[in-house]
Amino acid sequence: MIKETLNNSSCRRTPASSTLKTDDTRIKHNILISLVSVLLLCLLICAGPTQAGVTLEAFKFDSKAEEQHFKDLIEELRCLVCQNQSLADSDAELAHDLRAEVYDMIQAGKNNEEIVAFLVARYGDFVLYNPPVKPSTWLIWFGPFVLLLIAAILLLRTLRRQKSIPATEITPEERARLDAILGSTQPEQDKKT
Amino acid sequence: MTRYLRYLVPLAIFVVLVAFLYRGLSLDPKRVPSPLVGKPMPQFSLPRLKDPAATLSDADLRGKVSILNIWATWCVSCRAEHEVLLLLAKSGKVDIYGLNYKDERVKAKQWLAQLGDPYVANAFDEDGRTGIDWGVYGAPETFIMDREGVIRHKHIGPLTVDALNNEILPLIAELQSTP
Repeated sequence: MIKETLNNSSCRRTPASSTLKTDDTRIKHNILISLVSVLLLCLLICAGPTQAGVTLEAFKFDSKAEEQHFKDLIEELRCLVCQNQSLADSDAELAHDLRAEVYDMIQAGKNNEEIVAFLVARYGDFVLYNPPVKPSTWLIWFGPFVLLLIAAILLLRTLRRQKSIPATEITPEERARLDAILGSTQPEQDKKT
Repeated sequence: MTRYLRYLVPLAIFVVLVAFLYRGLSLDPKRVPSPLVGKPMPQFSLPRLKDPAATLSDADLRGKVSILNIWATWCVSCRAEHEVLLLLAKSGKVDIYGLNYKDERVKAKQWLAQLGDPYVANAFDEDGRTGIDWGVYGAPETFIMDREGVIRHKHIGPLTVDALNNEILPLIAELQSTP
């Protein structure tokens, strides 16, 4: 199942290399393509061992939609043992048990909120890859926007300051000298040469 | 003043960044704070380890300050903390209960016979469902409950003599002194 989605993502990326114009862009594209393929290779290697019959071990579903629902849900939940893996990816004992637990709850007709609440009550917000908005998470939710705002204000101020610097005024004597140097009041460069 | 500001502001940002990174380095990401602390202990009722016919439930832990230790024979650091549990049991200050988590009955009984048994009783949680209710994600874990059955502390990882002297014993004394 995971293999299929990986292939899809690689398909989506390759069309970018279709229009090549100069050698320079060709080289750049080649570098990009090799980078992407190395990345994909890494993904395949890393995801490899966990794919082998771990996820969705013996669960039976009445419909494709239900199966997708289950998969989407466990993708969003974090395994506490292998903390950088979701419940869907992890091969830890606990992940097996929690997948079974989630499956049972889905079969019992519980909705996503109830299932997530069940896990959060036991393991805390840590199980969620998507942290809820509350005072203790305001910094991570709004911090970047605050920084952006500060940056925008600083940028505006700098721009305005540059604009407000008065253009240097020249005195009539300087104007006369300038005209003398330029030859006429309306200098035409073609005639000069 | 504004002349120095252009040097001071980046310096201040750098200092804040270093402070955050330094704090981050000293945190252990494996220790996830439990949302259960401060809440009543989860209900459970399981067969006992040594006597499968009898049950051990949360009711047995209520009415006194109690400890629930989650352990298993497959858990290496449980062996490391076993000495400390024996020490705590020997002090006679608190009843230690065990939750034998996803283990084999024969092995677990053997373990207690060989290494000594610090537990008043053990609940045998074969499928780990009770463990999930307690938010267990890696043995050993140790919970301390007050008389009302409210979880007051969770120690993640093996108990050490240091932890015993600095966290566990003072807390137990405090909980026992409050009526």
